[in-house]
Amino acid sequence: MSHSASTSTTTNPDPDKSGVPVIEVRDIGKRYGSIIALRDVSTSVRAGQVTCVLGDNGAGKSTFIKILAGAHGHTDGQLLIDGEESHFSGPREALDKGIATVYQDLAVVSLMPVWRNFFLGSEVSKGVGPFKHLDVKHMKETSNKELAAMGIDLRDVDQPIGTLSGGERQCVAIARAVYFGARVLILDEPTAALGVKQSGVVLKYIAKARERGLGVVFITHNPHHAYPVGDRFMLLRRGTSMGDFPKSEMTLEELTSMMAGGSELESLTHELEQSLGSDSEVTRGMKAELA
Amino acid sequence: MTTTSDTKAPPAATPPKGSDERVSSTSPLIRLMKRPEMGAVFAAIVVLVFFATTTDAFFTAGGASTWLEQSSTIGIMAVAVAMLMIGGEFDLSAGVMTGFSALSVGVMSTYWGLNVWLTLVISLALCLAIGAINGLLVLRTGLPSFIVTLGTFFVLQGVDLALVRQIIGQVSIQGFTGLPGQRSASWLFTSYVDIGGLVLWSSFFWWIAITVGATYILLRTAVGSWIFAVGGDVKSARQVGVPVAKTKIGLFMFTAGCGWLVGMLSLFRYNTAQSSDGVGLEFISIICAVVGGCVMTGGYGSVSGAAFGALIYGMVNQGIPYQGWDSNWLYAFLGVMLLLAVLLNNWVKTRAENAS
Repeated sequence: MSHSASTSTTTNPDPDKSGVPVIEVRDIGKRYGSIIALRDVSTSVRAGQVTCVLGDNGAGKSTFIKILAGAHGHTDGQLLIDGEESHFSGPREALDKGIATVYQDLAVVSLMPVWRNFFLGSEVSKGVGPFKHLDVKHMKETSNKELAAMGIDLRDVDQPIGTLSGGERQCVAIARAVYFGARVLILDEPTAALGVKQSGVVLKYIAKARERGLGVVFITHNPHHAYPVGDRFMLLRRGTSMGDFPKSEMTLEELTSMMAGGSELESLTHELEQSLGSDSEVTRGMKAELA
Repeated sequence: MTTTSDTKAPPAATPPKGSDERVSSTSPLIRLMKRPEMGAVFAAIVVLVFFATTTDAFFTAGGASTWLEQSSTIGIMAVAVAMLMIGGEFDLSAGVMTGFSALSVGVMSTYWGLNVWLTLVISLALCLAIGAINGLLVLRTGLPSFIVTLGTFFVLQGVDLALVRQIIGQVSIQGFTGLPGQRSASWLFTSYVDIGGLVLWSSFFWWIAITVGATYILLRTAVGSWIFAVGGDVKSARQVGVPVAKTKIGLFMFTAGCGWLVGMLSLFRYNTAQSSDGVGLEFISIICAVVGGCVMTGGYGSVSGAAFGALIYGMVNQGIPYQGWDSNWLYAFLGVMLLLAVLLNNWVKTRAENAS
């Protein structure tokens, strides 16, 4: 819980990208008894970079983040934190290393004000003994300042967090993790439940977090969300890695077709062509995507 | 709540000028009106004005002394129950706890001859232990507190009737006056201040103190944040490291402690205790809490509102006989109040969640 982490990262706008990655996984895997949930996955997360993990439902994305977040231990391969081999025994341990996970349900209490949510579980008090009370002014100012630093301009941090839009709430959860000392943010499908506009807002904040020198693991199944903000792409399918590419080796088209499994998409296009006719908008869209 | 996500413009769409012109739209008055206890404050004023203008005895020093005393004992219980309800739980054993505490002090002092001060401490410890058991059972079993405390309610009622009869051969305590320690201890529970005929009993001051203390804890301490959080969304609270078990067990113990206090106030005031004491009080406390703006599902409400709910109860309880009506109309009134309050609370809660 180093409160100074957020300020120290902002003073370092150009992190050493050639240095040791904050997180590196080498041929990592997870077995539950005889079932192999994940195998041979390798990638790295560096400060000031966004590593996108792409995969369809059931591809092993959630197993992968659970390993990084410390919720599950890995059974194969190596997990290196700052170049040192590690094995997390629980989420607390991952948090202590500065790896914070923002889950889809965000862990916010919708009826409570934004500032109370921001500090929930880590409240700041002043005074001693029975006179120990919340430092409300400090908490309101800090949450306002931290949110502004993420580019979120709230009318009033006193409003219930439930009154914020889905994207804004996502950003409060991100800002909270950053303030409480996260070096790496794991974002579990942050855009999955959002509309186009709101997704754009969240992507903007991911870029913002990267600017502040954080490493970001961005889990998504949408290549159009991943490509604009990603520096590195790791694709999962059926529990194994289809590759780990820097942005320089990947175009959006390649990413999309790899995600969808090029040949599968092609046969789907044919099927649609037969049932809807080749002029239909859907079919044309699919063809354009494939080309 | 996620349904609102697409309809709202992203914050980037609003130019980040000085925030003043956007805040000015919510004036202090609007903010005050949005507070959960405002419904109860408003209803209390209406009730007060009604009985004050339609009866002679109600708005006199003597009349006010009576309804304030009645409000105060209910109020202590209602504040505790409101706090628990904000934390997302119920306590149906709260009412019978008052009878249990009074009987335990009575048995230990009159029949076993223990010093009254000692019996006060033992009785308080017993009540807190039962509160802790309530909390532990709710957390360990995962059952709704409604069911768990309904169980403790009946167990305690059985103890009050059967065990007390087995020990002392009857179901009421007599001969409490003049026991060792009784006079000195009664200072705590039966002192009063007389202001020109307006008699304020010590229960009144306990009521105010507990309301102020609970409001302070709820709004200005970390524990208060935790109470709102465990009531509003227990899973999220756990994820961010709120000590859920401690908070909930603490709330059950606080409710039990307030039950003990109400039991003592009644025992020392009337020098008697009966096995049937306190039965029904749990529902009146819940009604007062709901009238005061607490939402049944937890996470939203106010303890000062519950105090006003109790004030309404006390005033109506006294105003109805002054009016010359059958006093049983009180129950019908309470029922109507409860339903209106639930509807109002749900409306306010929805607005608080969605309007900005």
